[in-house]
Amino acid sequence: MFIDIEVNNKKVKANRGETILEALNRNGIKVPTLCRMDGFTPTGACRMCVVEVEGKSGLIPSCSHPILESIKIKTHSPRVTQARKMLVELLLSNHPDDCLYCASNGNCELQDMAVELNIRERRISGEKSKSNIDQSNPAIVREPSKCILCGRCVRVCEEIMDVSTFDFYKRGNNTAIATSMNKDLNFSNCINCGQCILVCPTGALTEKTNFDIVQQMLNNDDAMVVVQYSPDIAIALSDELDIRPGRDINGILNAVLRRIGFKKVFDTSFATDIAIYEQSAELADRIINDENLPMISSCCPAWIKHMEQTHPDMIDLVSTTKSAQQILGTLIKSYYAQMENIAPEKIFSISITPCTAKKFEAQREEMTRKGISDVDAVLTTRELIKLIKLYGIDVNSIQEEMADKPFSTRSSAAKLVSATGGLAEGILRTLNYHLTGKELSNLKITKLRGLKDRKEVQIKIGTQEIGIAAISGLKEANKIIAEVRDGKSNIHFIEIMACPGGCINGGGQPFKNDEKTIKGRSKYIYDLDEKEAINVAHKNSKMITLYNEFLEEPLSEKCIKLLHTNYSKRDVLL
Amino acid sequence: MSNLDKILEKYPFVQRDNLIPILQDIQDEFGYLSEEAIIKVGKYLSLPTAKIFGLASFYHHFRFNITGKYHIKICNGSSCHVNSNMLIIKEIKKRLGIRGEEVTKDGLFSMEETNCIAACGEGPVMAINERYFTHLSIEKVAEIIDSYKSLEE
Repeated sequence: MFIDIEVNNKKVKANRGETILEALNRNGIKVPTLCRMDGFTPTGACRMCVVEVEGKSGLIPSCSHPILESIKIKTHSPRVTQARKMLVELLLSNHPDDCLYCASNGNCELQDMAVELNIRERRISGEKSKSNIDQSNPAIVREPSKCILCGRCVRVCEEIMDVSTFDFYKRGNNTAIATSMNKDLNFSNCINCGQCILVCPTGALTEKTNFDIVQQMLNNDDAMVVVQYSPDIAIALSDELDIRPGRDINGILNAVLRRIGFKKVFDTSFATDIAIYEQSAELADRIINDENLPMISSCCPAWIKHMEQTHPDMIDLVSTTKSAQQILGTLIKSYYAQMENIAPEKIFSISITPCTAKKFEAQREEMTRKGISDVDAVLTTRELIKLIKLYGIDVNSIQEEMADKPFSTRSSAAKLVSATGGLAEGILRTLNYHLTGKELSNLKITKLRGLKDRKEVQIKIGTQEIGIAAISGLKEANKIIAEVRDGKSNIHFIEIMACPGGCINGGGQPFKNDEKTIKGRSKYIYDLDEKEAINVAHKNSKMITLYNEFLEEPLSEKCIKLLHTNYSKRDVLL
Repeated sequence: MSNLDKILEKYPFVQRDNLIPILQDIQDEFGYLSEEAIIKVGKYLSLPTAKIFGLASFYHHFRFNITGKYHIKICNGSSCHVNSNMLIIKEIKKRLGIRGEEVTKDGLFSMEETNCIAACGEGPVMAINERYFTHLSIEKVAEIIDSYKSLEE
């Protein structure tokens, strides 16, 4: 159903029912936007996308105007560019002038827009916005004076997460973004997922950085600074640092981290295998005893906080297994410290993840033993990239190295966990082993793959029909929890990841989260699973050694003490 | 049963379009919207409190802080504004020893600037607990406030 329209005096084809902006983008014409987000209905708030339409007196916001028969559009006429320029000049008129010191310097859409529109002088100067910086939250920092009121954070939080931490406050000139009762973020129901940071066009929302403490510890000779990195960061890193395709990114990362000065480099995927092993043992137990079903996954700290505050009645259903980061953190300060004869308090343990909520998780009280945190500092992928640049490391000339023993091997199932549905797939593989002692005949479970926000599969294990669901985005999570409350019973395990698409689209990943990039990241993971030989967690050789030497068997007393945790109801302003 | 429950009972159908009438009733009853009330309404209508707070803050009518015994509403509509209401506001603040829209330490007075209260020909205008005072001047407003103060002595 093509219709002919005219754009900048040229005939182009457009689909009936699409917006002007969609038609323009499809025909390779870029129109700037500040409030638009992929997959969301347009709001027309920022007016950057205005175009001239013949026969209309005013300029038309192309994001929210449908294509009409034989419409004539001018996208970059002097009137249009003048209007856009004026908009940005007005936005800048009260914007703090501290770009060089801003956390979003270089990653700021407002800054890019000012460059694109060639704004070279200050024609309009207004009173500068001033605000207190909200540092109260362990993961997310808010600087309201830098907010341009595009409303993206409000919509992501409401429409994807169903959490609604933010809303517009007051109106007109006094409008701001505020949490409930205008309190600091740590009193709010924020789950620290960081999706708002990913969509924020300016520096109004940024992650709380642990950059300084990490640098300080790296220069401290008394401290044993060890690092673990999450399986999800490698692929995002290769995009961002232009690593040549085909090279082993993990190998490069090991070498880079050693070059930076970390004394030991461990692979969190090792602990992901343990998490899969423990969780599937737990699930097998619950299935055999037919209690506390469906079991709900526990590795997403954003989901866990959401569960504690919104669905405390579900606490018994959630797996008690810690997340991979915390498992490895615990093992480093117990097993490894014992093995190497180092006092646990001498070890400074850093974790690199694609997740802002892990910053919150690491400082939970349950994640400390005898007053010592299992993980001392958490860096996001973005902070790691800064660190690599700071130390001037050329990733393309570096030789690949292995991760440090004893936490160096992994199965490809541990990699799968990065994408939504991956944990469920890994757990199914190992669950089958726990229940029947055999391997699944077909390891690849395609129904759990892809970026859809809800996937369900029924699989026969032994004589039993096992139902598994994989959820990404807390909106869907709330729906399935409601179904569980209503008595949905054909499901035995629910994997819940807060970020849409899973950890590959985590709130700490580089600011490039269009669908194509996320698909690329998941394809990389699925390819690895095809290529590699060890595809199930329970065959990870070093993990088996660890169980034989130290942990005994899954759910042993030692495992419960070290690798499992508990949750409690959380009182926040919902 | 608390007064809050009584108000909610008036709205047996859980519909979000009841939100504003409920908030109005609460403010009529308590004089402001407390955090506790907003949480309760949120639970009742299954709405996040941030959304209720956002909506209520949009309307000038709703308050989130307790008011004084004598609540002064001073009009800040365009007509009163060009009639130098800012001088009156300054005088009120000076007399009461407050800096903005807040309650005096003794809990007797509070002040808020409102949108047009539809007495433009009579401006500047203010209302103290629904009693209206028109054609204000600095001297007149001082006199009014002093007379209210003397009521309490």
